[in-house]
Amino acid sequence: MSQSKDIIYGLWNDEEDLLRAVKVAVGDHLEIMDVYTPFPIHGLDPLLGLSESRLHIAGFIYGSLGTLTAFLGMSWIFTKDWPIIFGGKPHWAVPSFIPITFELTVLFAAIGMVVTFYLINGLGPGVVNPTIDLRITDDKFCIAFDKSEVDVGQVESFLKNNGASEIHSKTI
Amino acid sequence: MSSHVSPIREPLVNGHKSYHDITEDLVSPTERAPGAAWITGFVLSITMLAFGLFCIAWTIWYGIGTWNLNRTVGWGWDITNFVWWIGIGHAGTLISAILLLFRQKWRTGVNRAAEAMTIFAVICAAIFPGIHVGRAWVVFYFFPYPNTRGPIWPNFNSPLLWDVFAISTYFTVSLLFWYTGLVPDFATVRDRAKGFRRKIYNFLSFGWTGSAKHWQRWESLSLILAGIATPLVLSVHTIVSFDFATSIIPGWHTTIFPPYFVAGAIFSGFAMVLTLMIVTRKLLNLQDYITIAHIESMNKVILVTGTIVGVAYLTELFIAWYSGYVYEQFAFFNRAAGPYWWAYFGMMFCNVVSPQIFWVRKWRRSIAVTFFVSIVINIGMWFERFVIIATTLARDYVPSSWSYYSPSWVEIGIFVGTIGLFFTLYLLFTRVAPVVAIAEVKSILKSAGDQYTGPNAIHHHGDDNDLQAGQVTTHNVDEENETSINEMTDDVLTADSDVRVKSSAGVDDLKKIEGIGPKISDILNGGDIYTFAQLASADVNDLKQLLVNAGPAFQSHTPESWSEQAALARDGKWDELKELQDKLDGGKHV
Repeated sequence: MSQSKDIIYGLWNDEEDLLRAVKVAVGDHLEIMDVYTPFPIHGLDPLLGLSESRLHIAGFIYGSLGTLTAFLGMSWIFTKDWPIIFGGKPHWAVPSFIPITFELTVLFAAIGMVVTFYLINGLGPGVVNPTIDLRITDDKFCIAFDKSEVDVGQVESFLKNNGASEIHSKTI
Repeated sequence: MSSHVSPIREPLVNGHKSYHDITEDLVSPTERAPGAAWITGFVLSITMLAFGLFCIAWTIWYGIGTWNLNRTVGWGWDITNFVWWIGIGHAGTLISAILLLFRQKWRTGVNRAAEAMTIFAVICAAIFPGIHVGRAWVVFYFFPYPNTRGPIWPNFNSPLLWDVFAISTYFTVSLLFWYTGLVPDFATVRDRAKGFRRKIYNFLSFGWTGSAKHWQRWESLSLILAGIATPLVLSVHTIVSFDFATSIIPGWHTTIFPPYFVAGAIFSGFAMVLTLMIVTRKLLNLQDYITIAHIESMNKVILVTGTIVGVAYLTELFIAWYSGYVYEQFAFFNRAAGPYWWAYFGMMFCNVVSPQIFWVRKWRRSIAVTFFVSIVINIGMWFERFVIIATTLARDYVPSSWSYYSPSWVEIGIFVGTIGLFFTLYLLFTRVAPVVAIAEVKSILKSAGDQYTGPNAIHHHGDDNDLQAGQVTTHNVDEENETSINEMTDDVLTADSDVRVKSSAGVDDLKKIEGIGPKISDILNGGDIYTFAQLASADVNDLKQLLVNAGPAFQSHTPESWSEQAALARDGKWDELKELQDKLDGGKHV
């Protein structure tokens, strides 16, 4: 993993207080390293300037790949590779290819998106990410700052004045 | 988070839970040693599973001849059980996907267990086509792959092969969807665990941190998976119905209208969810998370889908008569009056009559009644598949080959074994993973927790301390306001509605918010907003709607800053509130 970082972070007890604090931090041009929460907070993404996830575009591409694989695959098999007559139907019996084409579209889209999701997030089986605070997955809402990117004094006063219940420094 | 919830909507999380309580309640079942009930259930399930495995081994060793199938009845208990399990597997994805798209908050209480149930049911279902082909060791011929036999491919025009694709896809997508939802919750378990247990959950949680960007992508992924899983779940049972509909057996054309089959699948799936959840909530003490409101919602789905199934049964009788096609007419006459009449009337009673009990609210909300009916429906839906498959085949076109099919001990044993497998997996699941989705319940707490909505809303109702606290807030207001508050409190206390009496305990003086006078305060009370906390979490658009509904005189008021002000008041930050109000002009930002 990347080299260790010195961070300073504050913990809040309520997501609405956290949202207010994030608003203030963004207004004060404090460089927030990341915000960690026990569940998704609506309204946080625009404050942090996170652009909308493009996962759906990836999903569409994977899905299209599945459509093409299924349809072209079956067409090739039944017209070129091994043509057989089933019940007097034409070799290239498009309507009866539809169900499998649909299933593979969904399958490719789902697997592709899930794999992409874990890859771009840097998550996966066996990955160990540094834990900032054990209570973040329980009931604490955290704003973390990288000490090398911010004025530590300014951050401390921001944390004190904006309802942070705890302030900690840590090397991760 | 703070979206407005109708005041008449029941809370979905009871017991005034904090976020930490939710973690504690939902993770602790995986942390303590299993109880006597769990061990008994597990031993029983494992025994059934072992017997099932023995019967499968018996089938493979001696061949399909050990079953009582005969020349015309080529499909018996095997495919009946297959369709039954697949049907049960439909509720999980329905709850997690379709209800997610419809933004039904009650899904959060039951989606995790229902998805697990889906996966286990599909595993049980997949066993039957795997062994009924006879030579189970070459069952991989189902799948198309470049082989050394030509290569020769499976028949892509056959609904049976569509089924292979549909069920493999359904299983894979359900598994991915379920596991992605589990990752954040495994992280919660991980962060409470120590030693070896921590290592295991570290692996299972994939290194989840709870970063804002990860949550954003997680939500996006869940939504798209839900979007594609919805047509998928409908396609699966549609294709199962094609298995029958495209044949030349008259009684099997009953499945030509797939929505009927899909409704039946959802119907049986919800019944199984109810059976499981009623036991689970009791054993794991989850009554606060899987509430009567959840059970009632599911009973409503059962009532609707059960009635759809009932209409379909009657329609097929009519169509058989109206078609003028003698084979179809005979098939249906034979069902009701032939040798399997008991299965037909069992099906009619269990699926059509029994769910009608849920028109009555009291029974819809009764755990005993729900549990009983859910079992009856599980049996009824099994009969439905048996009626379609076996009764039709036992009366072929040629009367000389008519027969009466009943299963051999091996067939019964395999069915018992799948039930054992299902419960073994489910019981293991309750030990390893949180049965209720922790993060998702937390995310609906502010809008569906009973301290925020419903009759018990606001602080802790009923006790004297809170009444005093409620009065303290009215202490410093001028005389005029005080009288109006007292009037209101009296009014509330004398009102016969239980809701309002309890709410009076912690009423705040909303007039302290700039822009709110006595009239608007009353309007807000009418919208079930009594405290600063409720106002702070109310949605601006809902507030505007309240004002619009109150009449034209109030439309010029702007509630934009109210929640900001109320949040300060709720936290007791009076100085900051004063500062803010100095900047505001009539409640407006200037």
